[in-house]
Amino acid sequence: MSIWEYANPVKFLRLTDKLLPPLAILSIVTLTIGLVWGFFFTPDDFRQGSTVKIIYLHVPAALMAINAWLMMLVASLIWIVRRHHVSALAARAAGPVGAVMTIIALATGAIWGQPMWGTWWAWDPRLTSFLILFLFYLGYIALWEAIEDSDTAADLTSILCLVGSVFAVLSRYAVNFWNQGLHQGASVMRAGAFAGDTEERVSNVFAIPLFVSMAGFFLLFLTLVLLRTRTEIRSRRIKALLAKERAA
Amino acid sequence: MIALLIRDLRLAVRAGGGFGLGLSFFLIVTVLVPFGVGPETGLLAKIAPGILWIGALLSCLLSLDRIFALDFEDGSLDLLATAPVPLEGAVLVKAIAHWLTSALPLVVAAPLLGILLSLPAEGFRWVFVSLLLGTPALSVIGTFGAALTVGIKRGGLLLSLLVLPLYVPTLIFGAEVARRGAEGLAVETPLMLLAGISLGALAFLPFAAAAVLRMNLR
Repeated sequence: MSIWEYANPVKFLRLTDKLLPPLAILSIVTLTIGLVWGFFFTPDDFRQGSTVKIIYLHVPAALMAINAWLMMLVASLIWIVRRHHVSALAARAAGPVGAVMTIIALATGAIWGQPMWGTWWAWDPRLTSFLILFLFYLGYIALWEAIEDSDTAADLTSILCLVGSVFAVLSRYAVNFWNQGLHQGASVMRAGAFAGDTEERVSNVFAIPLFVSMAGFFLLFLTLVLLRTRTEIRSRRIKALLAKERAA
Repeated sequence: MIALLIRDLRLAVRAGGGFGLGLSFFLIVTVLVPFGVGPETGLLAKIAPGILWIGALLSCLLSLDRIFALDFEDGSLDLLATAPVPLEGAVLVKAIAHWLTSALPLVVAAPLLGILLSLPAEGFRWVFVSLLLGTPALSVIGTFGAALTVGIKRGGLLLSLLVLPLYVPTLIFGAEVARRGAEGLAVETPLMLLAGISLGALAFLPFAAAAVLRMNLR
């Protein structure tokens, strides 16, 4: 019994059949708890007021935007090395989800930035690298759509994903060149999540609902990707059936 | 491989429009900028390095789809893939040919166009050097993009969408070298990083490009 068994589309469908409903419910529940807790049951920040509450959308979305690309990278590698179709289709399914997460992170960031920094947008390293990440998502999705033969499409997009990852990381550090920018550094995960409160760290009052929201976003991402992968598998089956019918 | 290089160069020169077109495009983009932002000398001098870089990058982009498209259509790309020369080498030669015919004229022309943008005297040298070091990366990355989209009908727009994000680091460091040079600051760090990107792209991307070419020719 290994994870590779689920490279078989039939087994994958059977497993996700059972897995999806509880996952969907769990993600809805976690998201509701995290967001409601964050929005209504946390105190206002003493300097930022209630605007700080957008963090419960902004940070988890940004987290998933990056991790979706990482997942696509791993899935692409698996496709190149072991040629499991489910893996390629999962990478394809994750693309649009990741792109939407990137948009959410950028949009909530702009909405948050307007009252706090006095500007919707600044060419700050973090903001810029997210915009570049979004462009990479666009290119990746567009390449999938443009190629008709599905195996070739999977091959080409996975190579694009590998090369793109290298250049995305390069860009991430290249934009650091200008200046530190307006965005603060990492402060959520610093110095142990649940250790003692320090000046540098987000206080537990805010951090715990934030972690719940992160878990909610992760579960949501997982649900959406599994759902979309199933759709991809089915649509490929339909295509195969139609081809067979036409040949007969 | 040398024969291939000579063939590509000859084709580019004789087909006409090869570097002439790219150069004219570069000229027009540079001329359009003062129309857009106004002819104020101080402003132009400040943004001149960046404009020259963006102009060179866009002109480079224009000629990318020629790298493989014609060879793909008439089948000579299949012959190249089955030739005793490794396809990686052939791809590298194609990239070098593209650089010689499309990018090198831009590099030479950029300081001249700098006059139009009232580039500070210090800047001429650094615009030239940064373009000389950075354009090989543009050519190789572009070759990879061209290899990705070779099988797609009307892939030109898609090619731009794929290649432009990949150009970001090169553009940042290249324009940074030119800007710092123009302002008389130290340029070593971005210059080395720019050279690093070029060398890294030259070393690794031909393999990726050859891999996607093989997939496209299957």
